[in-house]
Amino acid sequence: MKSVLDHLQSLGQKGTGVFERLGRANILFARILAGVPGLFLRPNLVIQQVYSVGVLSLLIILVSGLFVGMVLGLQGYNTLVDFGAEESLGVVVALSLVRELGPVVTALLFAGRAGSALTAEIGLMKATEQLSAMEMMAIDPIRRVLTPRFLAGFISMPLLAAIFSAVGIMGGYFVGVGLLGVDDGAYWSQMQDKVDLYDDIYNGVIKSIVFGIIVTWIAVFEGYDATPTSEGVSRATTRTVVHSSLAVLAMDFILTALMFGGG
Amino acid sequence: MSDTSDILISVRGLSFSRGSRQIFDDIDIDIKRGSVTAIMGPSGTGKTTLLRLIGGQLRPDKGNVVVDGEDVHALRRGQLYQLRKRMGMLFQNGALLTDINVYDNVAFPLREHTHLPERLIRDLVLMKLHAVGLRGARDLMPSELSGGMLRRVALARAIALDPMMIMYDEPFTGQDPISMGVLVRLIRLLNDTLGLTSIIVSHDIAETAAIADDIYLLSGGKVVAHGSADELKQSGSEWAKQFIQGLPDGPVPFHYPADDYAHDLLSGGPN
Repeated sequence: MKSVLDHLQSLGQKGTGVFERLGRANILFARILAGVPGLFLRPNLVIQQVYSVGVLSLLIILVSGLFVGMVLGLQGYNTLVDFGAEESLGVVVALSLVRELGPVVTALLFAGRAGSALTAEIGLMKATEQLSAMEMMAIDPIRRVLTPRFLAGFISMPLLAAIFSAVGIMGGYFVGVGLLGVDDGAYWSQMQDKVDLYDDIYNGVIKSIVFGIIVTWIAVFEGYDATPTSEGVSRATTRTVVHSSLAVLAMDFILTALMFGGG
Repeated sequence: MSDTSDILISVRGLSFSRGSRQIFDDIDIDIKRGSVTAIMGPSGTGKTTLLRLIGGQLRPDKGNVVVDGEDVHALRRGQLYQLRKRMGMLFQNGALLTDINVYDNVAFPLREHTHLPERLIRDLVLMKLHAVGLRGARDLMPSELSGGMLRRVALARAIALDPMMIMYDEPFTGQDPISMGVLVRLIRLLNDTLGLTSIIVSHDIAETAAIADDIYLLSGGKVVAHGSADELKQSGSEWAKQFIQGLPDGPVPFHYPADDYAHDLLSGGPN
């Protein structure tokens, strides 16, 4: 009997633990946002972080974008050619990338490359008392450390997603037009005709902004909330990648349903 | 608002617990202006916690901490930050920012809190680094420094804003005799020449007693003895005697509480 109660109790504790963390994450989010206006006076802090969060993620985004585009070109061609519709390859590649794969794959790569680095960096700063030392120097670590990193993620993610889609479209072009003989003019003109600025591109940009916020928020929260030991930081880093990937995929479904679903 | 009384920090009726563990139980501590006060006690008595309570990083369950006439835990966030600009703190392993060099670390609080031109910041940083003997190490990264040098750079950073007091968290732990000697001398020297008030949390008796004007011994959440080093040596308290002489057994028992030894051995249980 006792063990059943014990299980129930630990279940309850875990449940309240989840909500407690959610609450802390929300409070932290509010405090991060409160620090944003102050950064207009010190743009250098953000620019530095855009470099380490965004520019240093460029290589992985470029390479992945190229290959994803090439695979799309190949797969799309094989399906379309059966219907004699291979001239629509440009549309298929562009829509897949701009609406879905660009924002989602970029966000997943971003979580693995930049999100984990952010968590580890902030977690280690906490473990080595650098954050405490800042507090004792009357410098708010949230404003000085977390807000610039959050803002950098918010700025970098849509740009990276756009670069991913652009490179992917080029990858599709190399395979479709270069190797498989799709008509050059048809590839571009059909794309120009069918890809809509509002319905497709803007929606894709909105997705990538939302994903950027989610991934960076989870990354800085996990780092700031990490248990200040080496094991704690490693767990937090893992949680960042797992939670932000899941959140991105779930959020993608919700956003897609809102943007393209039903109507 | 600056208080001119003789006492810079007054801790009254302070109680603090972590979970179910009581760390402090109704303690009173007074720290005089211009003095070097040591807070000593065995590991795990919450000495570092006390510094965090004084700095306002933790909230007590009961009691209050008044620093320079201001009740630390009644202050609003902005006011607390203003007060902290006048408090320096030296963390156990320096807590330097690891991605910038020594010079930038010392310049960090100046750049964050003042709008001084870079030329003036340079002069100030070099003066502070000179005071701790590391002017020549300005271009090194924290990872290139020894433990003692890290603490000296952190000390230069702590005095960058000319605070009224400095709190040292275990400044002597893990130091070789030379850097220990350097730190001991620096703490006293800076205290006297800059007109600071210093609080040292430590369990290195000889070094701390050599420079402390006043010593508080903590154990089991209480202040068990208080006085100058000489007074404590002569005190009748069994506990103070054990701690100061480093005796293995006494009021702090050698054995962790357990069942009767013979009974335990003969019981033949699985463990």
